[in-house]
Amino acid sequence: MNGPRHECAVQHATGEALYVHDEALRSGPLLHAWPVQSGHAHGRIRAIDATAAHAMPGVACVLTGAHVTGQGVIGPVRHDEPLFPDEVSHHGQPVCWVLADSEEHARRAAAVVRVECEPLPAILSIEAGIAAGSFLTDEQTIATGDVDAAFARGDRELRGELQVGGQEHFYLETQCAWAHRDATGGYVVHSSTQHPTETQSTVAHVLGLPAHRVVCESLRMGGAFGGKESQANAFAAIAALGCQVTGRPVVVRLDRRRDLTITGKRHPFLARFRVAFGADGTLHALDVQLWSDGGHSLDLSAAILGRALFHVDNCYRIEHLRVRGRVVRTHLPSNTAMRGFGGPQAMVVIEEVIDRVARTLGVPPETVRERNFYRPGDRTHYGQEVRSADCIERIWRTLAESSSFERRRREAHAWNASHPHRKRGLAMTPVKFGISFTTTFLNQAGALVLVYRDGSVQVNHGGTEMGQGLHTKVAAIVARELGVAAAAVRTMPTRTDKVPNTSATAASSGTDLNGEAARRACAAIRERLGIVAAASLRCAAQEVVFADGVVRGGGRELPFGAVAEAAYVQRIPLFATGHYATPGIHWDPHAGRGEPFRYYAYGAAVAEVEVDGFTGMHRLLAVDILHDVGDSLAEIVDRGQIEGGFVQGAGWLTSEHVVYGDDGALRSRGASTYKLPGVGECPERFVVDLLPRASEPGAVFGSKAVGEPPFMLAIAVREALRSAVAAFRGSGIVELGCPAVPEAVFRAIRAGTV
Amino acid sequence: MSEGIAFTLNGERVDGAGVDPNTTLLHFLRGSGRTGTKEACAEGECGACAVACVVADGDARSRYQVVNSCLVLLPEVAGAEVWTVEGLRGLANGELHPVQRAMVEHGGSQCGYCTPGFVMTLFARHYARPRPDARSAIAGNLCRCTGYRAILAAAESVSEVAAGDPHAARLERPAPPVTAVRFEAGGASYARPATLAEALAARAAHPDAALLAGGTDLVVERNQDGRHRERWLSLGAIPELSGIDEQGAEFVIGACTTWEAIEAQLGSRVPLFAQLIPLFASPLIRARATIGGNLCTASPVGDAAPVLLALDATLDVASVRGRRRVPVSEWFTGHRRSALAADELLAAVRIPNSPPGAGRFFKVSKRELDDISSVSGAFAVWFDGGVVARARFAYGGVAATPVRATAAEALLVGRRMDAASLRDCRAAAAGAFAPIGDVRASAGYRAAMVAELLAKLWHEVAP
Ligand SMILES: Cc1cc2nc3c(=O)[nH]c(=O)nc-3n(C[C@H](O)[C@H](O)[C@H](O)COP(=O)(O)OP(=O)(O)OC[C@H]3O[C@@H](n4cnc5c(N)ncnc54)[C@H](O)[C@@H]3O)c2cc1C
Ligand code: FES
Ligand code: FES
Repeated sequence: MNGPRHECAVQHATGEALYVHDEALRSGPLLHAWPVQSGHAHGRIRAIDATAAHAMPGVACVLTGAHVTGQGVIGPVRHDEPLFPDEVSHHGQPVCWVLADSEEHARRAAAVVRVECEPLPAILSIEAGIAAGSFLTDEQTIATGDVDAAFARGDRELRGELQVGGQEHFYLETQCAWAHRDATGGYVVHSSTQHPTETQSTVAHVLGLPAHRVVCESLRMGGAFGGKESQANAFAAIAALGCQVTGRPVVVRLDRRRDLTITGKRHPFLARFRVAFGADGTLHALDVQLWSDGGHSLDLSAAILGRALFHVDNCYRIEHLRVRGRVVRTHLPSNTAMRGFGGPQAMVVIEEVIDRVARTLGVPPETVRERNFYRPGDRTHYGQEVRSADCIERIWRTLAESSSFERRRREAHAWNASHPHRKRGLAMTPVKFGISFTTTFLNQAGALVLVYRDGSVQVNHGGTEMGQGLHTKVAAIVARELGVAAAAVRTMPTRTDKVPNTSATAASSGTDLNGEAARRACAAIRERLGIVAAASLRCAAQEVVFADGVVRGGGRELPFGAVAEAAYVQRIPLFATGHYATPGIHWDPHAGRGEPFRYYAYGAAVAEVEVDGFTGMHRLLAVDILHDVGDSLAEIVDRGQIEGGFVQGAGWLTSEHVVYGDDGALRSRGASTYKLPGVGECPERFVVDLLPRASEPGAVFGSKAVGEPPFMLAIAVREALRSAVAAFRGSGIVELGCPAVPEAVFRAIRAGTV
Repeated sequence: MSEGIAFTLNGERVDGAGVDPNTTLLHFLRGSGRTGTKEACAEGECGACAVACVVADGDARSRYQVVNSCLVLLPEVAGAEVWTVEGLRGLANGELHPVQRAMVEHGGSQCGYCTPGFVMTLFARHYARPRPDARSAIAGNLCRCTGYRAILAAAESVSEVAAGDPHAARLERPAPPVTAVRFEAGGASYARPATLAEALAARAAHPDAALLAGGTDLVVERNQDGRHRERWLSLGAIPELSGIDEQGAEFVIGACTTWEAIEAQLGSRVPLFAQLIPLFASPLIRARATIGGNLCTASPVGDAAPVLLALDATLDVASVRGRRRVPVSEWFTGHRRSALAADELLAAVRIPNSPPGAGRFFKVSKRELDDISSVSGAFAVWFDGGVVARARFAYGGVAATPVRATAAEALLVGRRMDAASLRDCRAAAAGAFAPIGDVRASAGYRAAMVAELLAKLWHEVAP
């Protein structure tokens, strides 16, 4: 495979790669924090009695709201999350925190803190929230055409409802932050965060300090997937507050159960839809209403719902389309960003619609999909032109061919005919995913590149590394722009004292934004070095070429380091900042019109499954993917994102089941009850191809974002399951729960009888 | 009897004296700055904490056994030889171990948090004879980032053990013996006697002591509830309690025999075990989890119970008062309650050494591998000519205890396995239980599975 491997692959494999908790444990004695959690989904706290806890071994402090000198209420968009609530609003919510000399001691002391809480009525589902008028946002709408008139035309029509389940991030590294004071009276917070700037400002806000007194560092994360975009802030704030109060370094590390019961997840959605379609499968009109379960606070829910509204079209042109959405407030943990950010939920809904239309008409769903694809020149329901729309069909046809879709479908039919109790199903589904933060101002990034006199290079940028290979790609961009070897470039830990005012590493935009900022910084340095080199090489500055660690021109060459040294002696600065603001994007939420995306990423997948009719248990047999990553910067990284995103998506749709009890307590609160995909869920045949000749003019070195789009390719698995269920049942609509755990598949096979 | 808990870590002696026996090996490692080994679940599911131990392979040789260090209490490794990810690199020359190199070359890591665990699993596999296939070897390791394809490719690419490999050379010598241990620290005591008599005496003296076999239930519980246990009694060093004997028409399986050992020794002789064991937890758990521990938790979803019920197993129970036998059908007395008295130990499990005419074990779970059953069913049928002479239909997950569908069993005797007998048996079995719903499955689904698994049985074995 072309291009670099993950820059830390060796450290990963040797255990030398450090994560926040590792750094904290190796730093010397510190205090460990453990939360006291609410036993009610909703209630008013009457009293907290920590007397017994104070008497336990090793206890240093029980942190409560009384310790906060700044602001005790945080939240990334709206400040509606009290760190020490008077009114608890979800089961498991931290009420206060015990600090002790070991985690074991903190935990044992937390167990004896008495919290007196008067329970209040709790809202525990989207439906209950709608009924009670409990919302976190107003309704958002995007519409095109004349939906009401179109329904009045008397085409065939279907109505339906679908509940789409949530998903736990299950980053393998749980939330962790470690804070200490530095020698100049500032606070340094090491946080497993995707958004160091916001973590920094949250800490400053809680401590009552200006931002410049706080430095946040995010060295690397053991996975994040959106779960550390906003949700790392609270734990960093607790660590820093504990440090402010005790004067000692403090680490907050959630064990898995604490992480699962405190932090939010992917939003569950409820969708109600009505579709009008022609006999040939053309979708004429679609009216969709979406409700998401925001949990108890707003967090990023409004933008997540917004992205759902943008993606309810997936790859399909629907002349009359109206989509409305609203975030419901429940007494559950605050749901948050997760890979795809509302896009996946909306795409599951449109694919549900397509499948129901197809089964109503008695044609393969793939036919209905094809019939409705966007063609070049089409615009989405929010008015943006679907640039490179031809990619959709190109990918679709190429994949149909390379996966032998038609032949394998015939083979599955034949196999099914001779297996009464096991059925196989195939499906092919497409993805179009818009790239950019839909909040326009977030689309900016900064970088600081330092060249030393020996020609070695440090790059600092605002993006964070969570395993997605961002640092690998940015380093590759830097090496390429400066024409030096990869080994000459060192990526520094992401710190807010190197690059300030950054955006979260999210929305798949990490490389587009930070890579381009770094490239610009390098270009500035290279330009200066070009002038220096031209003088030595006795050629024109435009003739100078930087490549392979040397600087060439006029038929001669100099080592890159020699040019750096010469520049230093000539008093030329060897460092530069770069800043990038994505051009050409805008969005007017009131009008529901604009160009929120820089470009679209495309892909398609074929999945084949086998279902056991007695139990509904199923296996993923084969997956073929064709995905568009533009000009890949690091093929091994991009393939890894596609494979990993796909399997994570398949987990969301087939085995990962977030379950709350009637009391609002999470029941799926460990790895034994919440089932991530294991190796058994990795298909035997797993073919991933990258779309050739797909250079993206709007992004750095022609590459495309790859973090999120492949996640939604997994919808093929859900649709393949549906096709297998249909094989048990003959014709008609297949109502399949989401996630399609064995029980849901079994119910779909036996519709109405269990 | 040793007073401390020294052990060998990556070839060097480490002293754990003064460490509270409630501390897991994982927390000990991390707390002492050896942070390569990770925690990601603390319940044996993810393998991020995997370490390798040198254990006996016959009398003269040894092998690497990979276990979840989050479920191993530190004193359990007293005297043992343990390898962690930090110890693999370059014993001689600082180079990557072949499995580390393979992970690097194949892009087997993304965030890297699971990687040390995979590396240790692949390390143990590297030296295993025969080498298990890659998929079953890594069934106890979770990765949230890669989707596994690259890890499988890495595993499959690793070549044979190189001549002169120091880790291989170690295996030519016996493993360190598992010896008696007794000590106190941090307000808790730990004892690992070396004889059954001592264990029974200790049990009688302190019936409240936490009784530890493989720890795959008990230490999960301890990690999750956080309660500090004051007294631990480990059964890990008692030869009388582990191993398998063939006596007359029976296999006698020591209560502390691990699933790994049962698979190795009885996999080919007891077809129901051969079906059960690959679906039971993961290789890492099976390395420590014991058959006795599975019965003593008396969990309604324990997988051994249906199989042992289907085989009419008998249990040997011992105490200072003597020994007694309990048919497994009388073992489960209520939700998570067994017939074991406070001073007793389960000593052995007896099963017939001739298999039934047909046997099936079905496990209904969200994930095929490494998942706890929503419902499980073990079915054994003995034929006399074309008709059924005896039948056992045993279930887990459909009642407060593992149970047999005795009415349905009786209905089948003397009949053929045909559509009519299936209909009758389904009806009888379906009416017999009123399962409850929980996080794994609803009551309705569980109830449906009672009958569906019978249909599956008929479909697969009806002549
Ligand atoms: C990740 C994971 C997956 C699992 N998957 C499965 C699965 O698929 N199927 C399944 O059935 N179980 C599963 N389990 C549960 C567990 O592994 C089994 O129940 C195992 O057999 C328990 O044995 P142990 O030796 O580890 O028991 P321990 O945890 O040591 O003990 C369990 C209980 O039994 C008591 N006990 C143990 N031995 C004796 C004895 N000889 N006499 C008296 N009392 C005794 C202990 O005091 C304790 O109360 C899983 C566990 C984990 C962590
Ligand atoms: S930490 Fe997950 S298995 Fe030990
Ligand atoms: S690489 Fe992140 S969990 Fe495996």
